[in-house]
Amino acid sequence: MKRVTLALTLALAPVLASVGAQAETLKTVKDRGMLACGVSQGLPGFSNPDDKGNWTGLDVDVCRAIAAAIFNDPTKIKFVPLSAKDRFTALQSGEVDVLSRNTTWTLSRDTSLGANFAGITYYDGQGFMVKKALKVNSALELNSASVCVQTGTTTEQNLADYFKANKMKYEVIAFAGADETVKAYESGRCDVFTTDVSGLYAERLKLSNPADHVVLPEVISKEPLGPMVRHGDDQWFDIVKWTLFGLITAEEMGVTQANVDEMAKSDKPDFKRAFGTDGNLGEQLGLTKDWFSRIVKAVGNYGEMYDRNVGAGSKLQIARGLNQLWNKGGLQYAPPIR
Amino acid sequence: MLGGKAGWNGIILQILFVAVLVWVGYEIIANARSNLAAQRITSGFGFLNNTAGFDVNQALISYSGSDSYSRVLIVGVLNTLLVSVIGIVLATILGFLVALGRLSPNALLSRVSGAYVELIRNLPLLFQILFWYLAVLAALPGPRQSISLFSTFFLNNRGFIVPRAVEEPGLMPFLIALGVAIVASIGLRFYARRELFVRGHAMRIWPYVLGMLIGLPLIAMLVFGAPIAWEVPVLKGFNFAGGSRIIPELVALTLALTMYTASFIAEVVRAGILSVHKGQMEAGLSLGLSRGTVLRLIVVPQALRVILPPLTNQYLNLTKNSSLAVAIGYPDLVSVFAGTTMSQTGQAIEIIGITMGVYLALSLITSALMSFYSWRLGKRLGA
Repeated sequence: MKRVTLALTLALAPVLASVGAQAETLKTVKDRGMLACGVSQGLPGFSNPDDKGNWTGLDVDVCRAIAAAIFNDPTKIKFVPLSAKDRFTALQSGEVDVLSRNTTWTLSRDTSLGANFAGITYYDGQGFMVKKALKVNSALELNSASVCVQTGTTTEQNLADYFKANKMKYEVIAFAGADETVKAYESGRCDVFTTDVSGLYAERLKLSNPADHVVLPEVISKEPLGPMVRHGDDQWFDIVKWTLFGLITAEEMGVTQANVDEMAKSDKPDFKRAFGTDGNLGEQLGLTKDWFSRIVKAVGNYGEMYDRNVGAGSKLQIARGLNQLWNKGGLQYAPPIR
Repeated sequence: MLGGKAGWNGIILQILFVAVLVWVGYEIIANARSNLAAQRITSGFGFLNNTAGFDVNQALISYSGSDSYSRVLIVGVLNTLLVSVIGIVLATILGFLVALGRLSPNALLSRVSGAYVELIRNLPLLFQILFWYLAVLAALPGPRQSISLFSTFFLNNRGFIVPRAVEEPGLMPFLIALGVAIVASIGLRFYARRELFVRGHAMRIWPYVLGMLIGLPLIAMLVFGAPIAWEVPVLKGFNFAGGSRIIPELVALTLALTMYTASFIAEVVRAGILSVHKGQMEAGLSLGLSRGTVLRLIVVPQALRVILPPLTNQYLNLTKNSSLAVAIGYPDLVSVFAGTTMSQTGQAIEIIGITMGVYLALSLITSALMSFYSWRLGKRLGA
């Protein structure tokens, strides 16, 4: 019943809230002195608390970058862990200012939830994990399998579509939490565990013997993940959007956490515009002139963020793939800062 | 004025109160509507006709991903009802047994029953559900190493797989014969009771009843052929094909809800039985009736009047507690409707509203049934 009560509170929030309070998110955040950031309940690589309650991950770093741009302090954040199914209501009701919680951008989510996607932080796709002992090499061999899935995600529909399209039968067991899902998979209730590929790698770390499990090569869907903000506050939408673009641009320009002070002195016109030594682009966003260097100083550029959380420098060891910069064969591309 | 006779003042106050309530309700709805519209959040119940696009692993009616969200709602309600009804029946039986055990003069039996109650009712229900789920799953083998009974029944961590009944031409005559036998048996019982009460003549009717109930369908079978055939499950790929399957989620949830609620029902029943004056039991025993007969005919009917109201509470609790199903992946109303459907459509207000309405309706229906039973019982006892 606790779940229902929580959902009810969240559902009633927009009923009782007044419209006016939602328009000036930047002011609300500044007055509060904290950014309220909606994250997952624990997904290694994306948003995961350690035993001291420090959050790390790609999605967490997005919030840290926003907090750095506003406060020049990446720690001024209140993290709100949200289950997959409560996340949108938390954003709608104003409980969080930005939802940075491995959320797939879809048309229906963009239009019906009263919220906007500010960009794509990670290009993902749904995949399958099975036990090596089953000797399955392809998702097309999964006819009649039992599949464990976490409810409240795009995953369930992709799964239904894929098995239907390939004329295969299956049984789905849907759990509310990621941990229960993985536990049921490990106990043998299911043959297959399915979620976004990045999630498969992350959850595999939680298994007692990760080497016994293999991620199948098929990627059955497009899952572009990105942060969401509420409708109706374009300034805030711009801030979140350009924080992401700033991170990607920094990698493109070769600006890193280590050399940011050095680079800020550069004479190149595009560097001067970004760092605010020429013009006032940061102030146009409602931030300060040095917003760009604040972000990079706090979390590094996109590439550093990727390596540290999910890439070569992390336990997940996921290759850059689609998340490489556009000029290196990937899809990450930012409009120019000018 | 409170509690006094309603004069004109009282009536005006009541009208005012209702008017204020209606106004508050209207304001809430109007405010929600304008807020939702201002934030451009979709609202309304149109989504119920949209295609759900996801599958459910236990549906009592035919369901596939291409059905609508309204069908998902029905599937969820039926799954909630299934586990609630089974749970209520089993918890009542177990609760009565434990209560009688606790009141038994046998020291071992009463201690064991007491320990059961104290252990089970003091552990959180969610924990018990997870325990049964993970304990049951961990103990069972995979599909390929199933525990098999006569190669017909199979038990593994995908559930308990049994042969499924398939209709044959002999089914109709078989059912008709069975129906005739049941009607005739009920008639015979009426006749026997009248004989007993009017003439004081006790009849032994059970051999006839048994004969009819077995004999008539048997004759129908011999004449028209077998009523049903059995489809035996076979291992195919990852799982068994054919047959029917009871999923482990249902078993774990039913087990946990039954045991937990039974521990409360046991105390309710014990209190009810203790509320009957002990002279009743002594009088019964001194008439030469056995302890069981005294309990059944004299003590329990009187105790029921005390037992029924708190028993109703336990039934309501069990139904509502079944929403914890979502933790172990049992597709109940909260899981498939207030879970998957809500996150796919994002229409929290409508969906939570419908879900609350369903639980409210289930609870009110349960209460009404129990009140009706209690009223009939009261009439029979002449109270």
